[in-house]
Amino acid sequence: MDTVITIASGVFAVFGIVLILSGGLGVMRLPDFYSRMHAAGVTETLAAFFIVLVLMLEVGWSIGLFKLLFIMLFVLITSPTASHALTKAARHGRLRAEGDDPEAGSP
Amino acid sequence: MIDFALIVDVVVLALLLVTALAIARMKDLFAIVMLSGIYGLLSAAFFVSLDAVDVAFTEAAVGAGISPLLFLSVLKLTGRYENSSHSHALFALLLVVVTGLMLVVGTLDMPAFGDPGSPASSHVAVRYLEESAREIDIPNVVTSVLASYRGYDTFGEAVVIFTAAVGVLSLLGLLSGPREGRESPVRMADHLVLRLISEMLIPLILLFALYVQFHGEYGPGGGFQAGVIFAAAIILYSMLFGLHAAQSVARPAVLRALAAIGVLVYGSVGVVSMLSGGTFLDYSVLSDDPVSGQHLGIIVIELGVGVTVASTMILIFFAFTSRSDAAHPESSR
Repeated sequence: MDTVITIASGVFAVFGIVLILSGGLGVMRLPDFYSRMHAAGVTETLAAFFIVLVLMLEVGWSIGLFKLLFIMLFVLITSPTASHALTKAARHGRLRAEGDDPEAGSP
Repeated sequence: MIDFALIVDVVVLALLLVTALAIARMKDLFAIVMLSGIYGLLSAAFFVSLDAVDVAFTEAAVGAGISPLLFLSVLKLTGRYENSSHSHALFALLLVVVTGLMLVVGTLDMPAFGDPGSPASSHVAVRYLEESAREIDIPNVVTSVLASYRGYDTFGEAVVIFTAAVGVLSLLGLLSGPREGRESPVRMADHLVLRLISEMLIPLILLFALYVQFHGEYGPGGGFQAGVIFAAAIILYSMLFGLHAAQSVARPAVLRALAAIGVLVYGSVGVVSMLSGGTFLDYSVLSDDPVSGQHLGIIVIELGVGVTVASTMILIFFAFTSRSDAAHPESSR
């Protein structure tokens, strides 16, 4: 049972790390605010989910498990909301996406 | 074996340095405020790696949470970009370099990190650590030092925060919020996601603040952190639903009274302990059993600190925001 948990937490940790790395790479490489926001927002939530999951597996049955569960719920709710609010603020501020036609009027 | 703690320390300190340099070079105050929030969060991470969880908690709540919010409400008054005047740049540089060098020279005399012979870990701290379990009997020694052994200092901190509220209110005044009958500046129907999430989260934030307040004896937390978190919930509400709605929930007159009452409660505990035959802020005489007297005293003074901190933070935010609402009524958000 212990080895199953160790292997599972290792696999999930790799998932989380790969997601965070790809998100960071996307923020660095993508051309404009909206696609960067997409890269960061989409990967970050799932990565945080996986990493907290790893911590939960490592902690085992204890009060820490429930605290981590609350942290996971909090991140799952707030992180997409933050991305949403940021993108909405950018749209409100008339920030244009790459390739947007400036003659086409406000988005 | 690689020393992971060292790597984490080096990475966090390097990030702190990069953030500080970026702050110094930028002209966009809005970005600077955001970076200062990141700086606060990084410092909190560094404090965690130093095992100072209570300090980290305070830094995360104050440095990354509430002070960027206060700065943002100031930015609405002052404008977004720094003035590009270089009139005293050379003199300022000289002053900063001299001050920095003096600070560096000052640190040379400091004991090495973790030195057992340093004054911080050899003077009274040993006694606090050894006697806290018997005299005060709460698991979190930080709280027993902060609230009981160094109760005078914490009282001073509470008075400082109260003085900040008095200072800001007497300088800026609290203008009455947007006038009645006017359309709320933020149409929350446009922000369905934000409204639903905040309606879900604000009660949880308030609940978490109460948990931090009353759990401070057992884990990291206490009045300062709880007060800031409580204030953050109210500030979030006022950012989303407008200043007027927030002021009808948290009335400025009540807040003004509460900011004073918190300090008064703290001081009264000291006076009561003097009347009961002890010295000022000696909680042992508050009850027949000295240990339960200590518990009672700590709970009451933490409550006083929490009330003062929360109402002060909300009042300062209201003072800045009501100014900017009066200055730019159409763009308030």
